[in-house]
Amino acid sequence: MDQEGINIMSHNTPVVEGRGIVKRYGHVTAIDHSDFELRQGEILAVIGDNGAGKSSIVKAICGATIPDKGEILIEGKAVSFSSPLEARNMGIEIVHQTLAMSPALSIADNMFMGREIRKTGFMGKYFWQLDRPAMEEFARDKLNELGLMTVQSINQSVETLSGGQRQGVAVARAAAFASKFIIMDEPTAALGVKESRRVLELIQDVKSRGIPIILISHNMPHVFEVADRIHIHRLGKRICIVDPKTISMSDAVALMTGAMTPPGATTET
Amino acid sequence: MSESTNGPDDFESAVSRTESVAQFENGRRSFAAQFQHLLHVNPAFVPLIVLVAAIAVFGLLLGDKFFSPFAMTLILQQVQIVGIVAAAQSLVILTAGIDLSVGAIMVFSSVIMGQFTFRYGIPTPIAVLCGLAVGTAVGALNGWLVSRVKLPPFIVTLGMWQIVLATNFLYSANETIRSQDIEANASFLQFFGTQFKVGGANFTFGVVFMLLLIGALSYALRHTPWGRHVYAVGDDPEAAQLSGVNVHKTLMSVYMLSGLICAFAGWALIGRIGSVSPTSGQLANIESITAVVIGGISLFGGRGSLLGSLFGALIVGVFTLGLRLLGADPQWTFLLIGFLIITAVAVDQWIRKVST
Repeated sequence: MDQEGINIMSHNTPVVEGRGIVKRYGHVTAIDHSDFELRQGEILAVIGDNGAGKSSIVKAICGATIPDKGEILIEGKAVSFSSPLEARNMGIEIVHQTLAMSPALSIADNMFMGREIRKTGFMGKYFWQLDRPAMEEFARDKLNELGLMTVQSINQSVETLSGGQRQGVAVARAAAFASKFIIMDEPTAALGVKESRRVLELIQDVKSRGIPIILISHNMPHVFEVADRIHIHRLGKRICIVDPKTISMSDAVALMTGAMTPPGATTET
Repeated sequence: MSESTNGPDDFESAVSRTESVAQFENGRRSFAAQFQHLLHVNPAFVPLIVLVAAIAVFGLLLGDKFFSPFAMTLILQQVQIVGIVAAAQSLVILTAGIDLSVGAIMVFSSVIMGQFTFRYGIPTPIAVLCGLAVGTAVGALNGWLVSRVKLPPFIVTLGMWQIVLATNFLYSANETIRSQDIEANASFLQFFGTQFKVGGANFTFGVVFMLLLIGALSYALRHTPWGRHVYAVGDDPEAAQLSGVNVHKTLMSVYMLSGLICAFAGWALIGRIGSVSPTSGQLANIESITAVVIGGISLFGGRGSLLGSLFGALIVGVFTLGLRLLGADPQWTFLLIGFLIITAVAVDQWIRKVST
């Protein structure tokens, strides 16, 4: 770690690093001294059985829950988010499993929800007028970049899109505003085979733009297809990080469920 | 993993395309589907058609008696109170709530304006400000109970309706302030009743206020971030929260604004009936909800426009006056309104089924 000095950041500084994170809810320990690491430009898959606490650790990283103990560093600098909005302002975007979109509103409205662009002149200053042309152009550009402009109009309401298209818009929104990294929660869970394929391509596309991704998924074939590294979470902590190229799917599942114990060597930290 | 049913083929074929705007399923829509799409984009379209049709039918049946600037502006005057209250109601219903306390807030605010002036001798403009402040405060309490305590809006405002109405009767001791007294001592209270003529048309400041209010709120809903947040909160509050909308702030602003608008309606009510009466405006609740529903605003939130509510209120006004001029039993009005309400909600359900 070369964080001493002023802003000396090598390519090895992780984008996010969590150290000894603990979160308890009453008697339940959701996160038990867990570590976390996301590196530059990678897709890190987080897998774990239901209740293992994988969503808890990701929530701690994006400010949705405040850990009781432990340290979170973003690009080497310690942070403590008190709300997801703070994390978002730092350039951390989340694609929620539910997509977090308003079906009756347009694609452009949804992309800018909560961070609308106002006109610069008098109308914007005193009458808070939205700069629709700017918002629409931006939204169109971003969808174009990811090859998603197969929709009829940027003013089409989101409910008129197919499941895959909605996922695409949600990913485009995240990619458009993420300067640090994107968290994707089960992006293929609700999709058919072909749509899933398209979304996986999209994830690769986003990665190729240099934005690292944390992928939470239950779908092992999808995880093994796109992930660079796999973080396996069990009983509230990271038990190991594995390389999808050197481990079999069944071994990963065995580790995840506790049928196999990780050999100490696989942990890379 | 569930298989998606709506056209993964289309999606897949689109994947390989590179042009920026592709078109699929274009020009192959049936008339019904196109109509459905039109309604989906402009939910105020149906009430507008009904309104124009109603004016045309009554115009044909009654001739100049109905189809005159005088009669038309009379309708505006008759619907001004309901129109103003419906604007407040629309905002709340757009957030998937309902405000049953609108009528009570309106009457209580007007009583405060009157009593503060006459009982305590407070200068009228300050008494009016007090009335507006109380209306806003009741709205704020509604908003807080809905947003923070997470009680259903129906229950909160049902309770608040009773509480405010009872307070209104207790405070005013059921006493009416007579029109002549107001005219002589505090004519500012009747400000919204001020009339002016344009040609044969008769307007009041109350009517102008209603139109300006609806114009301003329509602008705010359509062209400001706040307006988009109101729709988003009504559509799916969780999604709105996750996308960074401050749901609490949005709900608070809507309920407070609703309270304030109702207080303005109370002021306009004094202008309309001349006196301050704690027993007036009892039907404002149901009439405002009727206007909103006929106007095509979805009771499930997130859909509809304020213009629709204005059309809804006007439809009721046109029916009421038209049938009265025809000499029909007033019950026919209620019968037709009842029919319209059910039709409007059926149309809303149909629109909600859309895609494309």
